[in-house]
Amino acid sequence: MVGGLPSRRTLLYQAGLAAFALGATPSWAEEIVKLPLAGEPRDRPITNDFPQKRNVILQRTQPPLLETPMAVFDRGVFTPNDQFYVRWHWAVIPNAVDADTFRLTVHGHVDKTLSLSLADILKMPRVELAAVNQCSGNSRGLFLPRVPGAQWAHGAMGNARWTGVRLKDVLDLAGIKAGAVQIRFNGLDEPVVAEAPDFKKSLELDHARDGEVMIAFGMNGEQLPLLNGFPLRLIVPGWYSTYWVKMLSDIEVLDKADDNYWMATAYTIPDTPYANITPGQTGVKMVPINRMPPRSFITNIAAGSSVSAAAATLARGIAFGGDAGVASVDFSADGGKSWRTTTLGPDYGKYSFRQWQTTFTLPDKGEHSLMVRCANIAGEVQPDDANWNPSGFMRNVIEAVTVTAS
Amino acid sequence: MPRHALATALLTGAVLAPTSAWVQNLTTLKSENVDLPLSDRQFTGSGADAINNNCLACHSADMVLNQPAFPKATWEAEVHKMINAYKAPVAEGDVAPIVAYLMQIKGAD
Repeated sequence: MVGGLPSRRTLLYQAGLAAFALGATPSWAEEIVKLPLAGEPRDRPITNDFPQKRNVILQRTQPPLLETPMAVFDRGVFTPNDQFYVRWHWAVIPNAVDADTFRLTVHGHVDKTLSLSLADILKMPRVELAAVNQCSGNSRGLFLPRVPGAQWAHGAMGNARWTGVRLKDVLDLAGIKAGAVQIRFNGLDEPVVAEAPDFKKSLELDHARDGEVMIAFGMNGEQLPLLNGFPLRLIVPGWYSTYWVKMLSDIEVLDKADDNYWMATAYTIPDTPYANITPGQTGVKMVPINRMPPRSFITNIAAGSSVSAAAATLARGIAFGGDAGVASVDFSADGGKSWRTTTLGPDYGKYSFRQWQTTFTLPDKGEHSLMVRCANIAGEVQPDDANWNPSGFMRNVIEAVTVTAS
Repeated sequence: MPRHALATALLTGAVLAPTSAWVQNLTTLKSENVDLPLSDRQFTGSGADAINNNCLACHSADMVLNQPAFPKATWEAEVHKMINAYKAPVAEGDVAPIVAYLMQIKGAD
């Protein structure tokens, strides 16, 4: 923390914990975090201005983009609802949802159109699942060359226990007609300009009916915060959050592939390994973004920290396997030259964050690069080199934290 | 609920499974009614009128101010994406002043 003016404190990234220890932040204080982005501007305010949210990083006020501070991920594998990141596309977001009059409509290529109340849904057989929700552009602010878009550090992700009903069960109630191809999902948010494309996302029929895709009404045992999609949110385990439609109100069974803007143009990635291309490269086949690859992070040691040389130090963090469970997490204290395996925490299922920890001793004084690397049970390992694409999607390179031993 | 019950719930709930007692407690959902903060922040300095008049209806200024510096071609592409893909009603004559302002505050070679 930098001393000086009491009304503006600069907190080291990941040092947010100190703020909680001091208790409630006075309204006159504006806390600033410095994100580990590839360049300026790196400073962002910590905000308490959003409903059902506290101490989150303000990336954009309207429509809200709120990032989870890295220190939150150090406290456990489940991200608290009030610090779970937020991302909306359009500025027209209902600020109130009536639980009695809300209806979820199922229509299109079905035997019977449904209009389900929340009470109807709460009566259906329930399932629960721990799963990571991660923005397609998480860590975009680390892309080099830089790309336009939300300049997230690593906090556009979170892990929660989702409670709800199987999408398959809801579709079966409506009865899918032969010839159905995809299922399209729409929420209550709307564009400011009427002609602009409403935000809708689609899944292949077999994926939608796999018994894992669910409609959640519970998040970590509570109803969802409005900004995370109250009252209903689609949960697509192992896939990027763009498919996890918030305030889900409309399910349409399609008899042809969805060509709407949000499927055909936005949220597409190069059809290459790691969605990687060279800046300026053209003529690349683009496909809708889909499954997540593995990632891992150190959560208890901030970049730029001091570590004592020749003393055992604890390193701890989180990992997730993407669409397959975590098989192992390796740690390097020498910039990736040598690796050792870490001890994994409890397993909450293949789609959840999993905690890892190890101890290490730095051999000499000076700068050292700490790294962590996840392999999933499908054998996929985080790559050594960062990917690049013009949308800043799907980063999963091995991340490094530079520390100084003294 | 007791901690051991929670632990049991988590173990059994690892992958889609019949729900445990703590989840069954969620028997009703309560209506939500919140206030979402609005930003009144404006772009400042010379040449800011066009961007203030055309861009702030759909997104607050912080989205732009948090961007790194980009070359002119990138900013032109962004403004045209807002117009063509997101249907921002920007008068053709305002495009050049918006790009000029973006280059002034966030321009790169």
